[in-house]
Amino acid sequence: MRSRLAQFAAVLLAVSMTASACPGDSKTPDNPAGAGGYPRNETLYTSGTQWGPPNSWNPVVPSHAMGTVGLAYETLFLFDAEKLVLTPWLAEKGEWTDSKTYTLTIREGIKWGDGKPFVADDVAYTAELGKIKAVPYSNLWNWLGSVQVVDPRTVKFTFTDTRYQEWDNWLYENAIVPKHIWSTRSEKDITTSANEKPIGTGPYEYLTHDQDRMVWQKKSEWWATKALKLEVKPKYIVDIVNSSNEVALGLLLQGKMDLSNNFLPGVANLASGKFNIKTYYPEAPYMLSANTAVLIPNTTKAPLNDAAFRKALASSVDTKKIVEGVYGKIVKQSNATGLLPTWDSYVDQAAVSELGFKFDTAGAKSILAQAGYTDRNGDGFVETPSGAPIKLSLIVPAGWTDWMESIRVISAGAQAAGINVVPEFPDSGALDDARTAGNFDLVINNWTEVSNTPWTWYNYIFQMPVQAQQFNANFERYSNQQAWDLVQKLSRTASNDPAFKTTLSELQKISLRELPVIPLWYNGLWAQANDTVWTNWPSSASGAPKHFPTTWNNFWEKGSIYMLCDLKPVGK
Amino acid sequence: MHRYFGRKSLIYLLTFIVAVTLNWLIPRFMPGDPVLRMLTRSSVSNPESLAPMREYYENVFGLDVPLWQQYLNYWSELLQGNMGISVWLFPAPVTGVILKAVPYTLALLIPSILLSWVAGNKVGALAARRKWLDNTVLPLGYVLTATPYMWLGILLAWSLGIVMGIFPIAGGYSFALRPSFTVGFIANAFTHWFLPFLSLFLVAFGGWAIGMRNLIIYELEADYANYLEALGTPRKLIRRYAFRNAMLPQLTGLALQLGVLVAGALVTEIVFAYPGLGYLILQAIQNQDFFLLQGVFLFIVIGVLLANFIIDIIYVLVDPRTRTGLQGGTA
Repeated sequence: MRSRLAQFAAVLLAVSMTASACPGDSKTPDNPAGAGGYPRNETLYTSGTQWGPPNSWNPVVPSHAMGTVGLAYETLFLFDAEKLVLTPWLAEKGEWTDSKTYTLTIREGIKWGDGKPFVADDVAYTAELGKIKAVPYSNLWNWLGSVQVVDPRTVKFTFTDTRYQEWDNWLYENAIVPKHIWSTRSEKDITTSANEKPIGTGPYEYLTHDQDRMVWQKKSEWWATKALKLEVKPKYIVDIVNSSNEVALGLLLQGKMDLSNNFLPGVANLASGKFNIKTYYPEAPYMLSANTAVLIPNTTKAPLNDAAFRKALASSVDTKKIVEGVYGKIVKQSNATGLLPTWDSYVDQAAVSELGFKFDTAGAKSILAQAGYTDRNGDGFVETPSGAPIKLSLIVPAGWTDWMESIRVISAGAQAAGINVVPEFPDSGALDDARTAGNFDLVINNWTEVSNTPWTWYNYIFQMPVQAQQFNANFERYSNQQAWDLVQKLSRTASNDPAFKTTLSELQKISLRELPVIPLWYNGLWAQANDTVWTNWPSSASGAPKHFPTTWNNFWEKGSIYMLCDLKPVGK
Repeated sequence: MHRYFGRKSLIYLLTFIVAVTLNWLIPRFMPGDPVLRMLTRSSVSNPESLAPMREYYENVFGLDVPLWQQYLNYWSELLQGNMGISVWLFPAPVTGVILKAVPYTLALLIPSILLSWVAGNKVGALAARRKWLDNTVLPLGYVLTATPYMWLGILLAWSLGIVMGIFPIAGGYSFALRPSFTVGFIANAFTHWFLPFLSLFLVAFGGWAIGMRNLIIYELEADYANYLEALGTPRKLIRRYAFRNAMLPQLTGLALQLGVLVAGALVTEIVFAYPGLGYLILQAIQNQDFFLLQGVFLFIVIGVLLANFIIDIIYVLVDPRTRTGLQGGTA
């Protein structure tokens, strides 16, 4: 018996010896032995985009694998968030020939991954895919009249209703697909195919994937190398599927991950320490702002249908406490209009100082009292003017720890002002259902991102008509025809038209006065880079690249692709 | 013998049918609507396309027919190895998703169950006879068996993975490798496998060791042991008899423990980001993915039933009383 135990111990010992001697896992980044390895100094390890096994490389429908649009498929334009303009990408130029016609010229010499040339037909075909109802951009055809291929490099779009802002948005958000491959597919296949082995124009091609990773390999040729003198540096990009933020943090600290776009609580401490971890700003707020987190009241329910009550609620929220206490200053407090810092130049400062709300518990109380909300039964919370008790539930998905803490702060602030707000944490699926169907009192949402135009933000707030199910906008179910008319007018106005700013300013006044949603803080573009292997990450330092340091889908076309070109391998 | 196995098979078949039915029913009684999930995901912006898209997805998921027919379809599809399409991982078929994850889970479960059982029994039996061993193994066993799997997992990942850097903390194999039949790859996959295995092994080991120690002490005090001792039988032989007798309850215990171990494997996989079924279940629940959830549970049900069946067979082989019982004798 004793000898068996000794044998067992020996086996255990041997196992741990093998483990420590194993290649590819030692602390120093070196080249893993064995076939099929990725040399460390040519490989970029990322995470923060994929939350499940990669399962679709179909750029037409959402939830595709990281990089499907951006690395494999590309868009006609990129959006430059610094200058608020579109930069030609697959397109060479695009211009309005008259108020109803947009003429687009594509770049010469671009090839698909299979060697076939990229032609105007591909652009027209991609736009026409929108005629399939299941394609997310099918609403394009509500205002686009026809697409006409003039010659192999020119496409003419004729509009029935010219929406400059929405069109610009379409131009840089949607990837062009090759007609010669996609036109052989049935309508059903186009929206349900997983499209394994995608063939695009981009700098990378599919190499392999597994349950927990997606691997892209650099193509030998990319059109932008010749046309724009750009070259992506990493030969391989391995995107690791998120399982938990702890795992991402562990890999990042060990130098096994180069860029983590996960939300890592407490990263402020790491960024200032000696962990080789860099964030965009070396001090608060550390991160760029990616979207606005808003408190959405269900405006179909009393008392949330009362603008005065919403204003009181807004004034009761101690956002500073959320920014500092919950996030450790890695986010910024939102402007009262909710417009992202990218759109700062559009903010009507006069309107904000006149109509904006700020944290003021006493002020909230007096607004409530003036509007007739008083505490008649003495339970410490106000009742409606007709005497009905008020109890509002505020929901965020279970497990989203930062949001869970934030709504505890919101609820405490509201209760201090006399509004009984109770935090609740349903499953994310159940929360989605409640939000879609309008079965909620208060919910937090952040579904508007940085984009080319504040139109996306106001479309998100004011979109009408309000349907039984609201899938991506106007979750508060707020009906204001005047505001919606302005949003549509905004979309029809070119950015350089003076009417653009005045329309925006009117919209800001309505949203400040009515508060259909309550903007709280700007969620960060979470980005933590370890510069042991790759350096020259985007940062606020002078001379450093200024692009979005992220692998999130929808950001490659907002300039993140430049990040891959700017990176430099260390030790070379 | 035939009657025994016939009866057993019938019981297992019935259990299987009931389990599959429950498996079909439970997600359907859960709140939530997979079609709504898909519509939310594709963030339909065009109100006119809502109705056609809803119809389309209902057809894709087979929800456009009456409930009884859905049930029958479920069985007929199931017998063809088809478990529907995942909502969360749309458009991937559930069978494919599960088959990719199953090897990882089995690679954790089978060795940890068998090795912990064998090692736990040996060590427990040893402990019953040596005072010093008893004084160390018993408290250690109690601590281990009471440890939650994920907590031990986190401790191991932190100490051996992050602080000492001996073992990797995430993934099925190094993120720098592609699967291949080389020594380098297999050794690498092994290091990734080791910590999740170890945490499952240790917790289960503690339980078996305590159980065995108690059983051996009980058996050594039984009449037959005293009798044998009085006859002057060597202690070694008595111990061997005691060990054999004590094995039987442990074997039954193994059958009972399987379900618990599977659950333990699931949380352990999540801690180590090990790409098995555990993470799939968690996500399937959070995303109200009926079909994936059904598929994973079905796999677990089949696994547990199969393992129990095997243990039944082993029982017949190792326990002579069962055999005599089968042949009409009295035990």
